[in-house]
Amino acid sequence: MSTALSRRLGGPCIVFGDSVNTDVIIPGRYLVSIDPVELGTHAFEPLGPEVQAQLAKSPVVVAGKNFGCGSAREQAATCLIGVGVKAIVARSYSRVFFRNAINTGLVAVECPEAVDAIHGGEEVWVDYEAGTVTVGDDEFSFVPFPQVLREILEDGGLVEHLMKNFGKGQG
Amino acid sequence: MGKTFGIKALERASGQTGLVPGQIVDAYPDLYMSHTATWRCIKTLERMGDPDLFDKDRIAMVMDHISPAQTAKIAGDHRLSREFAERKGIKHFFDVNAGIAHVVLMENGLVKPGNLIIGTDSHSTIYGALGALGTGVGFSEITAAWVTGKLWMRVPESMRIEVTGPLPDGVYPKDVMLKLIGDLTADGATYLSVEFHGSWVSSLSTSERMTLCNLAMEMGAKNAFVPPDAETERYLLEHGVDMATVDPILPDADAEYRQRVDLDGSRLEPQIAVPHQVDNVVPISEVAGTKVDQVFIGSCANAKYDDLEIAASYLKGGHVAPGVRLIVTPASAEVMATAAANGIVTTLIEAGAMITNPGCGACAGSGGAMADGEVTLSTANRNFRGRMGSYESSIYLSSPAVAAASAVRGVITDPTSVLA
Repeated sequence: MSTALSRRLGGPCIVFGDSVNTDVIIPGRYLVSIDPVELGTHAFEPLGPEVQAQLAKSPVVVAGKNFGCGSAREQAATCLIGVGVKAIVARSYSRVFFRNAINTGLVAVECPEAVDAIHGGEEVWVDYEAGTVTVGDDEFSFVPFPQVLREILEDGGLVEHLMKNFGKGQG
Repeated sequence: MGKTFGIKALERASGQTGLVPGQIVDAYPDLYMSHTATWRCIKTLERMGDPDLFDKDRIAMVMDHISPAQTAKIAGDHRLSREFAERKGIKHFFDVNAGIAHVVLMENGLVKPGNLIIGTDSHSTIYGALGALGTGVGFSEITAAWVTGKLWMRVPESMRIEVTGPLPDGVYPKDVMLKLIGDLTADGATYLSVEFHGSWVSSLSTSERMTLCNLAMEMGAKNAFVPPDAETERYLLEHGVDMATVDPILPDADAEYRQRVDLDGSRLEPQIAVPHQVDNVVPISEVAGTKVDQVFIGSCANAKYDDLEIAASYLKGGHVAPGVRLIVTPASAEVMATAAANGIVTTLIEAGAMITNPGCGACAGSGGAMADGEVTLSTANRNFRGRMGSYESSIYLSSPAVAAASAVRGVITDPTSVLA
């Protein structure tokens, strides 16, 4: 979780629709854990084992609008990190999911044009510094993150960011 | 151009002036609430090397989501939280007996007009019922606030909602909110500060305003707000708040809103959110007669005293239909004590309800699970797939009046068709 962010993230993707909610991403019954890998085994469990198997092979999650709506559970972001997701490309996010993604070091970009171009099966790459999403031969740009959010992401999440700035802690 | 509540509240919390929507500021909340997620915050603090706390008196902890503990692991999490609070001298610690965090904090005078309050719960928007800016965050952010006293916040644009009343008999603030969520959709207010205005809103009790502000989250709101007034002062005084410490914030009359929404409540019929999204809303006439296996009257949306009183009025002298489970989970110990003192608890029990201890209960998946294919009608704020047991079960959402009337009939029932 605390590894520094690499500039370009991507690979095969899994595609979801609009308003994917937190209870589908990680059911409440598993919130007794904060271990990303353990949580990752239950990510998207309500949608069945086929979806889960595809998720495990997909470093990029693609979604419609309002991804992560519902609960404030931070594990909705960490379970995706645990299962190997490197980046999310969506039309839009619920605000608390977006905060949790940034604060746990998960790249979450809003790029409706890229979502329009993705039909499943393509490789999707996010260049976080350049502010681009590449789908096949096509490149789409997104509004770069504000400085304060970029610093949090680059440090691997909010807690890591604070520890770096405090100059103490146990890592 | 004047300023909205959202801008003014963040100006106060950040110590800056001239803020504009879209700007990101460091804001200093007045209160950081963590619920059953508290142990995760403590573990995170330990990972940071147990640094000093910014202001322990701004920390509030409420053990509400899984109470009492169901497993040894959860009992251990509770103990960790309890002992941490004791060790650090955190005075606003509420144990498993207290009830749902949001309601408990308001009842204990910890929420004041003009405050900025963050909580590890998306329904922290509810604090707008007392004119505060409440918003949900993850547990890492609460931990960060414990240490630094601040968090980054984006200055929101605002939505102004005016509802015209009075509502017809059998129609309640919950129906108004379900109608708005259905019309505006689950992301209709994303990132927006939602202000409720108008004479109908002014006429509501603080408890009813909680229902409005709580459910605003289900259209994506960052926070919600009802202008504090004489009713707010009444509630605050009743709950021991020294009015000399209260400094309300009101939006300017010429504030700029991204969107204005008007709803005529006077001709509304009861509304139902059907599975599996809260914005799948239909008038009750479309789903009346749907068989229910379980009815849940609970949650921070609709398990306050007035909600239980309304439910009891439909259940008094009657009985829950054969084969239907009616679970009633009061929002707080205070609510439960009042309901007991006024005979509401007896009425509910005599009608066949099971009363559980105060807390989140079945809404957070703590008891009240469903088997495959079963249906629950719930007064809560979420009907997501699998939230209450089987992934193959269904949750419908309604007001307490619809829930109680439906428990009696065993099918989704318009309360106006039942003599209250």
